[in-house]
Parts: sequence; structure tokens; C-alpha cells
Amino acid sequence: MLTYTLQRVALALAIVFVAISALFTIMVTLPGDPTTVLLGPRATPEIRAEFRLQMGLDNPIYVQLADFWGRVLAGDLGTDYYRNRPVAVAVFSALPHTTALVFGAIFWSASLGIVLGAFSADNRNSLLDRVTGVLSVAFIAAPSFVVALYALLLFSVTLRWFPTIGAGEPGDIGSRLYHLILPSLAIGLAWVGYVARIVRASMLETLSESYIRTARAFGLPRRVVIYNYALRVAILPAVQVLGVGIGGMLSAAVFAEIVFSRPGIGSLIYDSVSGRNYPVVMGSMLVAIGFFVTCALIADLINAALDPRHRTKS
Amino acid sequence: MTKTLEVERLSVTYATREGGLQALREVSLEVPAGQIVGIVGESGCGKSTLIGALLHLLPENATRTGGSIRLADEEIATASPRRLRDLRGQDMSVVFQDPMTSLNPVISIGRQMRDIQYRDRIGHAEKNDRAAAMLARVGMPDPKGKLSAYPHELSGGMRQRVAIAMAAMMMPKLLIADEPTTALDATLEIQIIELLKEIQKEIGCAILFISHHLGVIAELCDRVVVMYAGEVVEEGAVEEVFLRPAHPYTQKLIECDPGRLKRKVASLPSIPGSLPDLTNPPAGCIFRARCPYATDICIERPPRVTLTPPHWAACHHAQEVHG
Amino acid sequence: MTHFRYTLLGRLLADPMAVVAIVIISGLVLAAIFADVIAPHDFRAMNMADRFAPPSWHYWLGTDNLGRDTFSRLLQGGRIALYVAMTAVSISALIGLVLGMLAGFGPRWLDNTLLFFFDTLRAYPTIILALALAALLPRGLSTVIIVVVVTSFSEYGRVVRTQTLSLKNAEFILAERAMGASFGRIVFHHILPNVLGPFFILAAMNLPVVITIEAGMSFLGIGVPPGTPSWGATLKDGFDFIRTTPWIILSGGLPLILVTLGFTFLGEALRDQLDPKLRKGR
Repeated sequence: MLTYTLQRVALALAIVFVAISALFTIMVTLPGDPTTVLLGPRATPEIRAEFRLQMGLDNPIYVQLADFWGRVLAGDLGTDYYRNRPVAVAVFSALPHTTALVFGAIFWSASLGIVLGAFSADNRNSLLDRVTGVLSVAFIAAPSFVVALYALLLFSVTLRWFPTIGAGEPGDIGSRLYHLILPSLAIGLAWVGYVARIVRASMLETLSESYIRTARAFGLPRRVVIYNYALRVAILPAVQVLGVGIGGMLSAAVFAEIVFSRPGIGSLIYDSVSGRNYPVVMGSMLVAIGFFVTCALIADLINAALDPRHRTKS
Repeated sequence: MTKTLEVERLSVTYATREGGLQALREVSLEVPAGQIVGIVGESGCGKSTLIGALLHLLPENATRTGGSIRLADEEIATASPRRLRDLRGQDMSVVFQDPMTSLNPVISIGRQMRDIQYRDRIGHAEKNDRAAAMLARVGMPDPKGKLSAYPHELSGGMRQRVAIAMAAMMMPKLLIADEPTTALDATLEIQIIELLKEIQKEIGCAILFISHHLGVIAELCDRVVVMYAGEVVEEGAVEEVFLRPAHPYTQKLIECDPGRLKRKVASLPSIPGSLPDLTNPPAGCIFRARCPYATDICIERPPRVTLTPPHWAACHHAQEVHG
Repeated sequence: MTHFRYTLLGRLLADPMAVVAIVIISGLVLAAIFADVIAPHDFRAMNMADRFAPPSWHYWLGTDNLGRDTFSRLLQGGRIALYVAMTAVSISALIGLVLGMLAGFGPRWLDNTLLFFFDTLRAYPTIILALALAALLPRGLSTVIIVVVVTSFSEYGRVVRTQTLSLKNAEFILAERAMGASFGRIVFHHILPNVLGPFFILAAMNLPVVITIEAGMSFLGIGVPPGTPSWGATLKDGFDFIRTTPWIILSGGLPLILVTLGFTFLGEALRDQLDPKLRKGR
């Protein structure tokens, strides 16, 4: 397990490093004056000069890259010149909101998806199975930002069951959760369908395995056989898919944050792009990619923990 | 002599695209208490279907079209699912063929062995002790430590020992062993056979042992049942049947057993012809098309010819074959 | 001649889900092709007197803040969506095919390098990368296509690589090689036809994703140029006035949902027909 973990962590770090370095290189090698491209027309000559100095824009690209990583490792993600604060402050005050949103979506997709999938497999070809089957595909197909818009329109604007904007009162857990329900469900809905289908398929496959026949042959109660012996194996691919799916959820979170006017990494990047505030864009990207790769890594390790066969392999 | 298992005229049909496939046709056999009965036959003869029918674990497209199954004088062919669940694991248990796939890969050995004791109102620790004792009994080194192991951490032979421990733990009346040694190599095979013999003596259960390996059957069993294309063609004491077979199929099977070959041959002997189409089985003797003894009379259904009881064969020419 | 019932199309038509999909998709394609003929109004025409008109006989789906006919704009939006989807999917599929086969056939180090490359590209959350690139590249459909290609060709690469690897050592290929078949013959006669099944399924499944990305980028204002009637842009207009004119969002989202549904159903049905093995898992 330890070697496996170390290998995975090393790979994840390499991916983050290469992904960010590539983006950084593209950014500073674009034709034109980088200070204009990256800071936009709003930048005053003073800001330009400071940016040029801090980024070392006159140095060769590899020196700039090394300097960039040196600063990042020291915890300096750059400076938000327009609002005069470190980028790290902006990013890390936004991150918890996005994390809550993504984990809310994972909560919906895992809980609803596993229940629906297991139930469909257990009652194969029943009416509920067929309905779930079509619904799952429909959920998967529905673009998350359209779902978010429709949910906003129906539940918040028309029915007024849920709030339309914001992330709730700071410090008030109830209010935070209340504001979280609709956006996280809008992101999670597609994954509910995904997880339901995967769990159903792998459940059916598992139920035909020899060890399930063994469990039955020993007279274990049906409930135990299906929801314990089979489901334990059947959720493994779903965990894996959810881990990788966090990338998609982060994309969906951008929309959910904009549609529901929530603070978060997505709306931070969006505002920074619109305002040509590239240092913030870069810092947010770094954190977003790091977040995604970390989550995928954690899902991988959870999978290894749930599946003893994985641990000794590698 | 009391009978642990009595199967009478059991028929099972699979619904397939080409029509009903008659996998078992009027199969009768019995397992006397405390004896080891072997079932032998080629792949496709209905051995697995028979086990499925005994345990009520047939695939969804299979139906029992007739016959009865009695376990210790209790009719179980028509038993309620609830009663059946009580019987499984408790009164009859099974060791499956491939130990690599028959144990749940994500649940520890100890948990799996505790779970099958779910009927007993005893504590967790007691269940663990019983499981460890059983593992020790089947020759598992470090039984207590193995409780926390997962199946993939054990070798094939060790896994099959675990499977036998699980099957024997609840002291069943009938232990079904579905080719338990086929997936193992020869030295392990002998160990497992010896283990089954010991277990049988110790808990006094009857064993129904399915195999296509004649040597193993001869070594282990008291009685043997020979199946061909979904029918029982011959049954009797092992020495009787193997030394003086009375059905041409049994004769051929013994002739073709590679274990019996005295010298090197260019090609292994085999029975000419192939299995009949079971969606539309021929009338009369099922082995007719491949049988060297076949005559016109074989178009009629062969009688059960009793030789030295309980030895019998379903063949018009049984006496002639028996010699 | 193969009986119709056994051809791919014949089998698809026996699947109700596929029929629904084909109806939706052909309806959409026809609407896109004949958009100019069907459209009751010029999609560019602003009519300030009829701003925010609710749906009526004159404006079937109402009008937006500039008095432009929503229905006519949605028809044009279909064109944009299909154009972007077709172009982007073809380009990324082609790149993925070449790189995937390279990884599958190439030496170990190349395979590892490409795999790492694919993994790295997958680490970019699509829309977030789109935002980052959008600030650097000029606004327009080509930017949308670049973003889609960058984020999606690795998926094709992976699938093709896996297929190629498993085929490379398949017995019938080994037999061919033993008999001295040329590399080209193995690739074009054996690997390629076997890779294409999963490849087309992936493409069909990928089309709605691409359409969604285009709409999403346009919704964020980093896709099509201002004034272009992309579905995402229509949704953005509707979002700005969600409290007063909800019908813009409602009607703007519908074609998007329909088309993603259509292509997803088609992909599912294709998968069932072409590759029963793929049914399990994803």
C-alpha cells in the first residue's frame, strides 16, 4: 500500500507540475507585450512595471518558470494588482466555497446514485429499473448549467423554496447548507445518473460472480448478499469514476457559482478573466488543478483501501 | 440404511433461443448417510445443473420440470425460499470448483466465516474462535492470523482449504463438492482429497463429489454415479462400476482415461461422435449414436438393468457389456 | 445481400431509444440546414417596439431584450452548435487516433510519455481551462474549437491505445505477423477496423459534450462573438432577465437538452449494437 501511495502521489505531483508549467509557458510566450495581454488596458504604467519586475519578464523563459515555481513553493501565488492583495488570499478564501459545492455534488451523486443503481440491479427489468435507466441517461445528457438555470428559475424564482443568490450567512451552518442544496444538486444530477448506471452494471456483473453463489449457497440472507457482499464490490468502479469526475464537477461549479451568484474559485476566475487580472487567473488555475488532482488521487487511494486486491498489487 | 439425499426423476430444462434445452432428464440417484458418492461425466453432462437444482441456485432461465429431491427425508424441491435458506449452509453446504473466485475478494476470511454463522446467537469472539478452530482443523497454518487475511493473500490450495472449512463448519448432513480439485495441481489435489476424507469421518456427513477425474473418484468415493447428456446411465459401488462397467459409455470413459494408459500413444483415445442435441434429444437410448454395441432395440428406452445391487445400468445390452 | 434486419441501421431501428435519438437528431440537422427557410423572422432584426415580447403567434418563443425573435435565433444556434461539434470532434478524434496508435504500437518509453501527456491534459478542468485560454486568445469559434480539442483528444487517445494494445497481442494478429504481413497491412486491415467501433461510440458520446462546452463558453461570454445567436448566448441573455422574461431561458435550454439527449441516446444505442462488452462500466 505504501509503495502504491507513493507512486500515485509522485505521478499526481508530476501532473500538476507539467500542467501548470505548460500553461505558464503559453501565457508568457504569447505574441505581444505580456503586460498588455495579461493585465489588460486597465493597467497603469506603475502596475506594468511592477509586474514586469516581479515576473522577471526580461529573463529567459526557463528562468521565469523556475522563479515562478520558487515563489509558489514559498507560498506566494503572485499579487492581485487591482485589489492590492496577495493572490493566495483571494484564492484560499474562495476555495472552501467551491470545495463545499463539489463535495455536496459528490454527496448527491453517491447517495442517490448508489441507492438507485443497487435497487435497479436488484429489481432488474422492473418498471422502476426501466424508469431509472431512461432517467439516468437523461440526467447524464442534461448540461449542468441548463439544469442550474432551470432549477434557479423553478425553485428559487418561481416557487421561492430556495434562495437565489449567495452562499449563506458566514458562521451559520444551517443557512450555508440551505444555500448549498440547489447548486450542488444541479452539479450532481448528471453524476447521479452516471453512478446509478455504473453501480447497476457492476452490480449485475458481481451478482453473477462465483463468490455471490457461494454466499447464497451458505444461506446468507438475500439482503446481506446483495447489499453487503455484492455492493461492496460493485461500488468500486463508481468511486473511481467520481474521483475522475471531480474535474467535470469543477467545470460545472463555475456555472453553478455564476448562476447562483456564489463566491468560489469558478466565479473568481470568471471575474478575473473578465477584468484581465491574470495573476489571479493563474493562481486560481494552479489551485483548481491541484484540487482536482488531489481529489482524483484520494479517490484512487480510497479505492485501494476498499479493494484489498489493489493494495498488494502495484 | 438411511439416505441423506434421494433424487428421483429430476428434470431440468433451460429456456434457450433454440427451444427448451433438457439439461437433466429423469435423473435419479441416492447418497446413503455417511457415504461419499461421486458423480462422473464429461463437461455438458448436467453435473453443474444437478448441483444448481439441489441448492436451488439455477440460472433464471432454468426450470425444474419434474421430480423430487429429498434431503434426510424432507422434500426440498418444493420447499419455501425461507426453509431453503435455513437448509443451505446448515444442512447442506458446498465447496465450489475454483477457489480463486468462490470467496469474496473484498471481505476478510474471518468476516466471511463469521457471517455464515449468522443463525447462531453467539458472540463475535466465539464465532471467531470457532472459525479459527475450523481453519486449524483443515490444516491452515496460523489460523487466528488468517482470519484477518483476504482471499487474494492465500494460495489456491489454501483458499480451497478455507472453502472446505466454511462448508464443514456448520456440520452439514450433506456436503456437495463441485470439482473442488480441478483448479489445483496434482499434489494439492491429493491433500484436498485426504482432507475431505478426514472431514467426512469426523463430522459424519455424506459427501456428493462431482468430478470428471476417474482416478480421484476411485480414490475417494464409495459409490459412483455416471452421467451422460443429462441422464444417469450407471450407478453402483466404485469397485463394481470401474472394474466391470455395465454401460458402454462407462466402459468408453474408462478406456479413454489418460491415467490408465500404460504406454505412450500418438493420440489420446476419445469417444467418436459428439453429444446429442439436448433441445431435441433422440428417442430411446441417449448414447445410441456413439455406441459400438448399438442394435435396433436401442431405439426403445433402455430399462434399468440391475447387476449386483446397488449396481445398475440403463442399457439393453448391460449383461453383455458387464461380461 | 445482408438482410436489412441484420444491418446496423436495421438493428438500430429496432431499438426505441435509437429511434427517438434519430428523430431528434435528424430534426435538428434539418432545422439547422433549412434555418433560413423555416425562420419566421430575420434572426438579426431588432425590433425595439417588441422588446421582451412573451410567446405569441407572431413570436413563437417570444423576443429578447433587443426585440429579436428567439425562435429564429435558436434555429441559427443549431447551425453553430453542429458546426463546432463536427469540427472539434473530427479534429480531436483524428489527433487521438494517431497518438493512440502511436502509443499502442510504439516503444515502451513513447507509450509512457504519451500516457503521461494524456493524464496531464485530463487534469485541466475544461471550463476553467477555457476561461484561462479565452483571456489569451481572440474571442470566436476557433477558440472554442481549440479548447475542445485540447481537452478531449486525450480521451480518444486512451481508448485507441487500449484497443491497439489488446489487439497487438491478439492471436490472429500474431499469426498474421508470423506469416510476414507488413506493418501497414496489420494496421489498416486488422487494427483500424477493430478500433473504429469503440472510437465511433466515443465520438457520438462526445458530440453532446462538445455542444455543451460551446454553449457553456458562450454563456460565460468567452465563446462566440457578441451578437452571435449561439444557444449559450441566448441563455445568457435570458439569465440577465430571468425574473422578467423566464421564457427566454426556458426555450433557450430546450434545444440544448434535446440535442444532448438525442446524441447520448444514439451513443448508448450504438454501444449496445457495436460493442456489447462496453456495456458494463462506463
